[in-house]
Amino acid sequence: MMLKIIKLARKSPISARIGFVIIVINICAAVFAPVICPFGETEVVGDTWLLASADHLLGTDHLGRDMFTRLIFGARNTIAIAMIITILSFLIGTVTGFFAAIMGGWADLVISRIVDILMAFPTLIFALMVLSVVGTGTLPLIVVIALLDSTRVYRLSRAVAMDIAVMEYVEAARLRGEKLWWLMRDEILPNAMPPLVAEFGLRFCFVFLFIAALSFLGLGIQPPTADWGGMVRENAGAITFGIMTPLYPAAAIALLTIGVNLIVDWFLHIASGLKE
Amino acid sequence: MNMILKMVFKRIALGLLTLLVISVLIFVGVEALPGDLAEAILGQNASPETVAAFRQELKLDLPAHVRYFAWLGGFLTGDLGNSLANGRPIAELIGWRFANSIFLASAAAVVSVPVSVVLGLLAALKRNTLFDKIISMSTLSTISFPEFFVAYILIALFSVKLVLFPSISSLNDHMTFVEKIYTITLPCLTLVLVVAAHMMRQTRAAIINILSSPFIEMARLKGLKQSRIIVLHAFPNALSPVINVIALNLAYLVVGVVIVEVVFVYPGLGQLLVDSVAKRDIPVVQASGLIFAATYIGVNILADVLSIISNPRLRNPR
Amino acid sequence: MKKLLEMRSIYIEGLSEEKWYPIIKGIDLTLNRGEVLGLIGESGAGKSTLGIASMAYTRMGCRIRSGSIVFDGTELTEATAEELRTLRGRRIAYVAQSAAASFNPAHRLISQYSEGPVQHGIMSAEKAAGEAKQIYRHLLLPDPEFIGYRYPHQVSGGQLQRAMVAMAMACRPDLIIFDEPTTALDVTTQIEVLAAIKRIVREYNTAAIYITHDLAVVAQIADRIMVLRHGNLIEENSCREMIVAPKEEYTRRLLSVRAFDGAKDLDRKQDEVILDVRGVTASYTGNTNVVEDIDLAIKRGRTVALVGESGSGKSSLARVVTGLLPPVKGTIVFNGNRLSGELKRRTKAQLRSMQMIYQSPDTALNPKQKISKIIGRPLQFYFGLGAREREKRVLELLEKIELSAKYYDRTPMELSGGEKQRICIARALAAKPELIICDEVTSALDQLVAEGILKLLQNLQDELKVSYLFITHDLATVKAFSDEIVVMLKGRIVEQGPKEEVLVPPHHEYTDLLLSSVPEMDPDWLENLLGRRRKEGKISTVMDS
Repeated sequence: MMLKIIKLARKSPISARIGFVIIVINICAAVFAPVICPFGETEVVGDTWLLASADHLLGTDHLGRDMFTRLIFGARNTIAIAMIITILSFLIGTVTGFFAAIMGGWADLVISRIVDILMAFPTLIFALMVLSVVGTGTLPLIVVIALLDSTRVYRLSRAVAMDIAVMEYVEAARLRGEKLWWLMRDEILPNAMPPLVAEFGLRFCFVFLFIAALSFLGLGIQPPTADWGGMVRENAGAITFGIMTPLYPAAAIALLTIGVNLIVDWFLHIASGLKE
Repeated sequence: MNMILKMVFKRIALGLLTLLVISVLIFVGVEALPGDLAEAILGQNASPETVAAFRQELKLDLPAHVRYFAWLGGFLTGDLGNSLANGRPIAELIGWRFANSIFLASAAAVVSVPVSVVLGLLAALKRNTLFDKIISMSTLSTISFPEFFVAYILIALFSVKLVLFPSISSLNDHMTFVEKIYTITLPCLTLVLVVAAHMMRQTRAAIINILSSPFIEMARLKGLKQSRIIVLHAFPNALSPVINVIALNLAYLVVGVVIVEVVFVYPGLGQLLVDSVAKRDIPVVQASGLIFAATYIGVNILADVLSIISNPRLRNPR
Repeated sequence: MKKLLEMRSIYIEGLSEEKWYPIIKGIDLTLNRGEVLGLIGESGAGKSTLGIASMAYTRMGCRIRSGSIVFDGTELTEATAEELRTLRGRRIAYVAQSAAASFNPAHRLISQYSEGPVQHGIMSAEKAAGEAKQIYRHLLLPDPEFIGYRYPHQVSGGQLQRAMVAMAMACRPDLIIFDEPTTALDVTTQIEVLAAIKRIVREYNTAAIYITHDLAVVAQIADRIMVLRHGNLIEENSCREMIVAPKEEYTRRLLSVRAFDGAKDLDRKQDEVILDVRGVTASYTGNTNVVEDIDLAIKRGRTVALVGESGSGKSSLARVVTGLLPPVKGTIVFNGNRLSGELKRRTKAQLRSMQMIYQSPDTALNPKQKISKIIGRPLQFYFGLGAREREKRVLELLEKIELSAKYYDRTPMELSGGEKQRICIARALAAKPELIICDEVTSALDQLVAEGILKLLQNLQDELKVSYLFITHDLATVKAFSDEIVVMLKGRIVEQGPKEEVLVPPHHEYTDLLLSSVPEMDPDWLENLLGRRRKEGKISTVMDS
């Protein structure tokens, strides 16, 4: 298994390697944030919107906090929350999706109709409305987005599982008398992995951009916690003075998303190659 | 033909039903709040007068289903109630903003649809050439950009550095059409960039899928010209998936305007929705949410209907 | 005779995991005007690749590495794309295996017919349409004046296949490539298409390359046959000589497959009925019954063959027996106990003693599980065997299906089709069943491999006294393998009884049609059959009945 991965990595195109480097840098930044950063997350260190200098690699923000420090801590908060949401959404989505595909009939019909309705509603609007009622905060944010996003995961898992469930090896397992859990875990899941892994990457990107958008609208992760979307919002005013401060966190968001997308693209390429 | 009418009718009915369920959800969502609604929304320290005004505005003393039908009935007749924040009729607040949003989204659609369908088609036809690789690399990057990143780059470039276009797109009724277009150039361009990338990728995938089908191989082996194969054999079959792609992205545009409107302080429905959420102005949130949902569902229905009609197998039933 | 096509030392390569590997390893092929050449071989022989290479065309991911292709004096490997385009369709035409996928769903049959001649500048659309109707009539398509105005999805498979033959004839080409044109069809439909092809090719004196895996089919139509294997030419000879006196061992084996004779140990007179199906009717939708009023009994240690064409309801009946499709009416008694119609209500012991083997071993084995788990799971599930006992038993079972112990740690992807089917048999055996339902178990396999599987099943039955419900459309297998035969048509049983009785005339009209439609290894078989049917004025297709 390890050997196979190393072999694949050797053959990987330049784009995938770039993606890999981007992701590794981001993860390191997230994990070692307190070690790397010269200042505290919310520590005010100087004047407002200072330009980049030796002391402040990326200058300071609208309250005079070190931008570089905020950016590193932002990686930590934003990536961690996006990761938690994506994992949660996959847990909900794959379990219900596999369940619906295996059971078929009424169970499938009911779950699918509910999901149809949730999906007929644009995610951003739905999230905005729910947050307007339950109020902003990290926990509601995680639950709401994970639930909404799991509808997409459900659709894919169900479709993939449907294709697998009609395979004769699944029928053979049913005829043997296997229970639901075995069918899900041992027959369907291993065969559904490639599309699900790719989708995990794409969903992560989506969730990540989505949180950034909500934070940018002031409804996501709340200050003073550093978070990339929120940092763009806080510093947006600078742009009209020709100060590029809000572009740094925005670029960081774009960069990480590109990194993940590059890896996913490569992965899809291999997966489709294996099929032929 | 009968069957197609039936399918179209069924799809529309399903869409309307979905919309109805969503309206219930929007309404009930507020009800489901724990504790007293007024207190939960206004906070513990709200003055008794505010609470009273709030209760009266939402008609909280009446039973839920009565209020729901009153709300829905009002919605259909154009009476959306009053805003909690400033007491003005919601219809008045929403009307012109909605028109503005539609204006912006349509402008973006008019530019992005032809460009991306043509480029996506070309990329599919010239698969694995330099052109295709450039397209796929640049679209991959663009879909990774958050809308506001694109927006601020455009602002930094075109309004701060080059001073060509305004960074704030405030519309008013006295503007001529050309002035309006000039004002919305940057937000429109932002939307175009974001949505065109998606559309190009999906168009390319749909065309490639068609080009690999056996009947295209058959057309080649019949010795037909490449142009004829594309126009007469690939295109009629690609129509349905491509229409689907376009419509999906138009639906996305409807929602995508929200962020762009905030960045450019554009007086649209999205801007209003975000403001009202921040102020917890529930009636406005409900009303604009429902309008967004209706538009979104409407575009999706249109997509499905067009794709049913353009499917040759369905158009000529057995 | 004048040479029409001459291919010299053709090498063709295919791309797999970014490496080029050989598909055709240096074959010479010559074809005279008006001659029909049969290309036969098992899967992976390269027959299709070689066949379509005759128009200098390769599928995606393949390329002609070297060799020369001379068509009527023109060297095709050096021709420009435009030269090739004017040749294709006009002088060399192609008939694909799946007409349903190869017709454009957006256009009417007749406009797809006239497209070739009009675009190649041979005739006007009106003239082409007129000729199309003539050819449709010639190919015995129903309603030839109007059938062309239908869309591809509006006509049946056999008709569509004939419409494609017509389309290939549109420009009166010198050469037509037939790429397994009857493989996807039922036997009774296959006859019609085969007869149509033969008639049209003779009539217009068109040369043809006929690609198939079925020697008996190609024998009806070819003047000369080339046998391919793994990209090499094994033997080439005139059709009659090859069938009478094959030179190579491989050809002899291919020829002998149909003569497979399961010499049965007839001593084991057993009358104990193990499965008794009474008055079973079932339906998927509730409106139309897929099987109706079925009575069927299987004795211990015996094989009942369930025969019918696609849509006859034979697989649905298997689903009823296994519990996947609960019947609307009727009873199923197994081993003296009445079985519930629903899978969920059956006991573990009942499930254990009835096992199933499928048509396609590729989809019947979970590609992510190792052989040890695939065979080991029933042992664990039904008998609760621990890890060590399980390993021992799996190895025993591998021995039983004539595979070595080194397969224990492999995954299905590393196995050939025949090996996979053996694993499926081992998985069924692991449950120690009394009845095994075999659903078309040999039809996805190459002939020689299929023969091996049948022998194995026969040996296992002799040894373990297990009963088989053997579902198939292939009458050749039935003749060799079964004790009793049940013939199904449109969800009903039309005839049943011991093999000796069903196979000997007089039989039911449909059984007769079915039996007589199985191609025989005799070049005159098709002509004789058609002549006989014409004389007797009998129905020629199921559709007419």
